[in-house]
Amino acid sequence: MGEREYDASSHAPPAEVEEMELVHPRTFLGKYIWSQDAKVIAVQYALTATAIGLVALVLSLLMRLQLGFPNSLALIDPGSYLQYVTMHGMIMVVYLLTAIFLGGFGNYLIPLMCGARDMAFPYLNMLSYWVYLASVLILVAGFFVGGGSSGAGWTLYPPQSITPGTPGADAGIILMLVSLAVFIIGFTMGGLNYVVTVLQGRARGMTLMRLPLTVWGIFMATVMALLAFPALLVAVLMMLLDRLLGTSFFMPEMLSMGEGGEHRGGSPLLFQHLFWFFGHPEVYIVALPAFGIVSDLIAVHARKNIFGYRMMVWAIIIIGALSFVVWAHHMYVSGMSPYFGFLFATTTLVIAVPTAIKVYNWVLTLWRGNIHLTLPMLFAIGFLFTFVNGGLSGLFLGNVTVDVPLSDTYFVVGHFHMVMAVAPVLVIFGAIYHWYPKVTGRLLDTTLGKIHFWMTFLGTYAIYYPMHFMGLQGVPRRYYAYGETAFVSDSVQSLNAFITIAAFVVALAQLLFLYNLAWSYFRGREAGPNPWRATTLEWQTPHTPPRHGNFGEELPVVYRWPYDYSVPGVKADFIPQNVPPEAVEREAPVGRGGGS
Amino acid sequence: MVETTRGPTLEPGLRGLVTDLASDQRAFKNVPWSKAMMWLFLLSDIFIFACFLVGYMQVRITTTVAWPNASDVFALELGGRHVPLLLIAIMTFILISSSGTMALAVKFGYEQRRLATGGLLILTALLGASFVGMQAFEWTKLIGEGVRPWSNPWGAEQFGAAFFLITGFHGTHVSIGVLFLIIMAVKVMRGSLAAGHPGFLTRRRGRYEMVETLGLYWHFVDLVWVFIFAFFYLW
Repeated sequence: MGEREYDASSHAPPAEVEEMELVHPRTFLGKYIWSQDAKVIAVQYALTATAIGLVALVLSLLMRLQLGFPNSLALIDPGSYLQYVTMHGMIMVVYLLTAIFLGGFGNYLIPLMCGARDMAFPYLNMLSYWVYLASVLILVAGFFVGGGSSGAGWTLYPPQSITPGTPGADAGIILMLVSLAVFIIGFTMGGLNYVVTVLQGRARGMTLMRLPLTVWGIFMATVMALLAFPALLVAVLMMLLDRLLGTSFFMPEMLSMGEGGEHRGGSPLLFQHLFWFFGHPEVYIVALPAFGIVSDLIAVHARKNIFGYRMMVWAIIIIGALSFVVWAHHMYVSGMSPYFGFLFATTTLVIAVPTAIKVYNWVLTLWRGNIHLTLPMLFAIGFLFTFVNGGLSGLFLGNVTVDVPLSDTYFVVGHFHMVMAVAPVLVIFGAIYHWYPKVTGRLLDTTLGKIHFWMTFLGTYAIYYPMHFMGLQGVPRRYYAYGETAFVSDSVQSLNAFITIAAFVVALAQLLFLYNLAWSYFRGREAGPNPWRATTLEWQTPHTPPRHGNFGEELPVVYRWPYDYSVPGVKADFIPQNVPPEAVEREAPVGRGGGS
Repeated sequence: MVETTRGPTLEPGLRGLVTDLASDQRAFKNVPWSKAMMWLFLLSDIFIFACFLVGYMQVRITTTVAWPNASDVFALELGGRHVPLLLIAIMTFILISSSGTMALAVKFGYEQRRLATGGLLILTALLGASFVGMQAFEWTKLIGEGVRPWSNPWGAEQFGAAFFLITGFHGTHVSIGVLFLIIMAVKVMRGSLAAGHPGFLTRRRGRYEMVETLGLYWHFVDLVWVFIFAFFYLW
């Protein structure tokens, strides 16, 4: 086991999993629209998520415009500003990041990396995408109904979110809640597929401890999502009833215009607990696939085996488990027992241990590696910096006493954008640069990519670093305008203008990226089957891009773990997972005696 | 099913368990994909019901008004006498019995006895449908007495909200189960499972394992009812 696993067994175990019967489509519609092929579904997921993500990006620019140059655009009033905040947050976290990591990369990579023909349940997988699309359309419909979309903040805290007077309390909130419920149903269909495929549908010789860390990350994130989304579903259903039928799950008795409302005796805190029981695992649902993917990017582009593979796997599992017992650190100022806060501060800080293990292992993988500064590698290194920076500010927020003054300030905005927005998005970009050649058969343009990287990487630091200082001054988040206050210094306004300009530069870089995607699809350099000389199974397919069924006539047989790079005494600097030990060309045993 | 080869000896303890789960191709040997998927779905569903019940307990604890007394609310007048929990006892008995007929259907399914399997599936569906029917009767009675999701005559209004939401969610589960029991019974009777005919939508070949997978769902729905029964009617 461990590093030496590659010569552990030379025989191929007999097949346990039966061959799948695939439904081969004949028509254009069957191939590209109602497709049951996980690879097509993956692209559908990724394109839809990107499209809705661009909407959220535009919303963030509108917010920045208002903050940097107040009242410069007449269409942004206080109500619509809150709607932008809400929709931006919800879209980015759920409809973009969750969907693209699990639905996009999960669908594409799990069957290919596990050596399977397709997902275990292709029909359910197809439904999953169409239900997801429906949820996106319902969400978007919120922009066009009377009163507009919800403006309650992405956390949708009651009583605010369904009380008349809040933007979108008429119809927007209903559409938001329905859309979330539909999303959860669609995700469950996909999630069952991903987990069953990883657990029960691997190729011969592919033990769990030979899975690439990408699959481990996506697998664990899916398991967590299947257990965390139920809490959100329950919260959503209860809030829908509160809004539509006038029940009082979350709604206390309130006076409005001197009159009592229809609600009495509900518990707003219950919603916060349910929401964050989903919401905190959600952070790691986004982070774990990023952890997994970045491990593979670093190993491939540094031509070195990942350091401490088993510990990396265990860290993923432990982070996944711990993330279910930290949720109330989002609620330090909600009015909880201080003992509760103490408990959750402890678990929150404990989660830093497996996370630190992962960071050290990434750094040690790079250590004395043969680092190629390719685009995926640049983004992977960018992720390391950003994630560590964002993680460090998390230490402040995890402690109750330090969090209380910082809560609801720009410090929080800076922290979670660094750790949960920029860091995973950098990995998404790195992963797209890495796997685009497999999906399309062509490489993305390197010059454009480098400009994209530096503009994005430096730009996001220009955006989010100053926010920490603003937060330390006590500048509250989600405010439309600040007016005259005793504690916000005048320089905050110039800082805000600077951040806004940086935000527009970063957005421009994304246009460049989209152009690169489109241009390279037609004009990019031919990639060949394995441009990065990687070991994992998706690069060993007989066709590029892989056809329906992935591996042609014969499924691959796996003889080794996925990190056989620069193996001492072997001629090639990498050995694909499906190369049997006797086929490995070894160097003549002269010169350097022994080695390690 | 292809025969599995498993190492003759496993290391004892946690290490052996981990090695076993992490072994070649499949983590759970001889478990078909559909069964693994159903277990996973049920795990997720458990979290839904757990959140429902915990939410119910929390609103019941934090509400400012007294909670209605279960043995008064859920009682039937029978021959002038006040019998608490009579209807619910019958409903629970019926649902638990349907688990028994389901288990028998699975057994006869693996023995390839078409008529026995199909008949027991129909019987299970009938028991399930009568459960839903009695639930509808109970809802009608409570609504007639003035219970609404937003108010009731006896106390905390969260009573009606939690009751209709949770029993409604469970009743939906039972109804979906009844629907699939009928579909499965038709498939069994027609011999689609024995012949391995592809399904109408998914094009997956029929097998008798499908009966067991459906059985897992049905037993789960029954088990959840025990918890709802305990927390709603006995507390």
